[in-house]
Amino acid sequence: MSLQSNWNGDEMKEFNIVIAGVGGQGVLTLNNIIAEAALKQGYDVKTAELHGLAQRGGSVPCHLRFGDKIFSPLVMEGEAHLIIALEPLEALKSSYFGSKENKTTFLVNNSRIIPLSVPICKEIYPSHEEITEHLKDFSGRVIILSASEIVKKEVKSVIPTNIYMLGYASYRDLIPLNREFLLEALEENTPKKYVDMNRKVFELGGKEIKIIEDTELFK
Amino acid sequence: MKGDNLSKILSIVNGKKVILMGNEAIVRGALESGIGFASTYPGTPASEIGDTFAEVAKEAGMYFEYSTNEKVALEAAMGACFSGVRSLVSMKQFGVNVAADSLFPLAYVGTNAGMIIAVADDPGCWSSAQSEQDTRYYARMAHIPMLEPSDSQECKDFVKIAFDLSERFKIPFFLRTTTRVSHGKGIVKLGDIVKKNTVGVFKKDMGKFNMMPPRTMQLHDEILKKIEKIREISERTKINFVVNPEIKSNLGIVASGVSFNYVMDALVDLNIKLPVLKLSLTYPLPEKKIKNFIKKYKSILVVEELEPLLEEAVRGLAKDVNPKLKIIGKNGYLPKSGEYDEEIVIAVISKITGRKLNINLKDHLKKYKELKLPRRFAVMCPGCPHRATFWAVKIAAGLNTVFGGDIGCYILGIYPPYNTQDFVFSMGASEGIIHGIKKTTDQKVIAFIGDSTFFHAGIPGLINIVFNKTNPLIVVLDNRITAMTGHQTNPGVGITGMGDRSREIKIEDIVKACGVKYVKVIDPFNVKKMIKTVRKFLNKKEVSVIIAKRECRLLTMRRKLKPGGKFLKFKINQESCRKCGLCLYQFACPAIYKTNDEFKIDLDLCTGCGVCSQVCPYKAIGTVMK
Repeated sequence: MSLQSNWNGDEMKEFNIVIAGVGGQGVLTLNNIIAEAALKQGYDVKTAELHGLAQRGGSVPCHLRFGDKIFSPLVMEGEAHLIIALEPLEALKSSYFGSKENKTTFLVNNSRIIPLSVPICKEIYPSHEEITEHLKDFSGRVIILSASEIVKKEVKSVIPTNIYMLGYASYRDLIPLNREFLLEALEENTPKKYVDMNRKVFELGGKEIKIIEDTELFK
Repeated sequence: MKGDNLSKILSIVNGKKVILMGNEAIVRGALESGIGFASTYPGTPASEIGDTFAEVAKEAGMYFEYSTNEKVALEAAMGACFSGVRSLVSMKQFGVNVAADSLFPLAYVGTNAGMIIAVADDPGCWSSAQSEQDTRYYARMAHIPMLEPSDSQECKDFVKIAFDLSERFKIPFFLRTTTRVSHGKGIVKLGDIVKKNTVGVFKKDMGKFNMMPPRTMQLHDEILKKIEKIREISERTKINFVVNPEIKSNLGIVASGVSFNYVMDALVDLNIKLPVLKLSLTYPLPEKKIKNFIKKYKSILVVEELEPLLEEAVRGLAKDVNPKLKIIGKNGYLPKSGEYDEEIVIAVISKITGRKLNINLKDHLKKYKELKLPRRFAVMCPGCPHRATFWAVKIAAGLNTVFGGDIGCYILGIYPPYNTQDFVFSMGASEGIIHGIKKTTDQKVIAFIGDSTFFHAGIPGLINIVFNKTNPLIVVLDNRITAMTGHQTNPGVGITGMGDRSREIKIEDIVKACGVKYVKVIDPFNVKKMIKTVRKFLNKKEVSVIIAKRECRLLTMRRKLKPGGKFLKFKINQESCRKCGLCLYQFACPAIYKTNDEFKIDLDLCTGCGVCSQVCPYKAIGTVMK
């Protein structure tokens, strides 16, 4: 079994994902879904999560690795193939897990969650340009979407934004896992009453949308 | 989802592969070992062990409880094991300090049925405030054998091994994990769930269970003999093994726990094969096996997080078999504190072997470190009752008052703009320390303590204050749950770990019974009343206690958010708003934000607590149905 990266064609023994977001954005759910799908596809899987105090509105980076044989649950600096960020500042905070060498793709939701340190301690939230410029240094490709807006428009809630990002990644071949396995895992990890909504939001990822930024297209 | 998890952990399909968190795998291992009794006091990163037991206990036909503290949890598990029922008690590393008083004599006396003490250490302090304590010292100090799994599969397997050995040698076993093992997920191959007795008999044995010299001295000799017998197991067991034994090299590696994974990944990424001795039964250590390994190489790299225990052992053993051996460890090569990762291991192997990665990690990080990013510290949730309490206390007491902090979500009061924790140490320490401050200064003092923390270790501190006569104000932040560790029930809730009703123990009753005259239970959402009472109580000549009683907002919201549930939320009336910014800069609810020139409330985040409307000096915040 070898993992084929769909955009650069190199064979890899493993695929490393960092999922970044703020507590409550569904980082852990996304992690569970992808991990279960990787298991279904026959890969070894390890993930690292943070629980407890860190979840109370703080950053919750989650690491996920799958391949023939995985030892450590942590993705090494520069070794992520895909970084899914549910919030732009969190993309920056996890940026060093990506690298030009590994042609990391950043898939970033553009919707900001301003930390209280900005109004209270007068710290500065970086501009859109600063974010894109910095991410370029650590990646092969940066895709920025207004995912929350798209999802809110469709289902009147921003909660399944994480699922939209997953659908988008799957339809753009950013994750080397079969879509049917992702969908199965999605269903198994969703409360019954939300299965239809989550499926719909996942499929929405396959539709053409206006992308805010795609550094590969602009090359 | 909860239900899905339940079916995974209780799955009866032998050989099935599922993804489990290390903490969940420990529970599955216990179920495959015929466990009958489990207890805990919640503490992250061990919390999910207890929570998973709470989920499955009824269906699995076993007993589980959230005990009042770790010492009681340990003692309860001891009672079960003495009565012939296999038991497991789980706790975080600091819990061992609380339990230690009973732990040492337990090791001497030994067990009847198998017994495991599962302890999660937290290198890097991801969810621990007080220190970077290494529980491996306790194993050596108390003479309790220790197993250290590296991943979820080993968590499950090692529980089974530990139960069997514990029962065979009549000694409790430590199962020690670290954060990345406890909270890491991996594939676990399931075995059969085993049913053993959940009902036992305590057979009277005056000679066995009573600690009293000279018996104590005999037992000390006996336990040392037991440890030597278990050392023979440690020499033979397959879980202490060598990877790549055939490789000829000048360098060998010794590693344990999660560090073993970092070593294995580093070897893959550096494209190099080296012999690695993986130690899993780490107390008592397999001395012969280590000697046989280290005598083959010129240098040995020892990779372990926290204290250099294996390194010291290797150094001692090398004197006999390889006196010229160069030992590479925490003697200038690897960090003595903090969590390890693959990067750290790669750096040291690169230094020794000259092998390099294709990325220069130092240059790589440089660009990142140049970034000035706003901090995102953990915050009290929108509608958190602690925020309301802190607000009122700050207004009433002023910032010159000394605020004693304790362990719970309210530790977040440390951060600006509240700064209402002048010190934080350990469970219950707010009261003990504030008493000493009050005795030696004439400053105003207030101690904060949570409901679960009060039951855990707050009662002796309060009695001491009454008995030795100081007059602090103690504010018990009673949010009706043990919130920070993931919403476990406690004696104040009146629901047990099995989900059954129990007597709800009222904190005010205990406080009164301790001899406190000035006691008031107040809803912190009533800001005016809270401010008034704090002012009044601060002038009392005797100790006074306010119980700020209001459910954790996350629980309230879980009920409110059920389908069709509409409720009142709040919005800022832009015409009345004078743009003073108090609601954002000083009250600091995460639902309040500023756009251009207007302060607004994010209705997706607002939980409708309404405290901001009481705080606003211009009455500019009103309700809206949403």
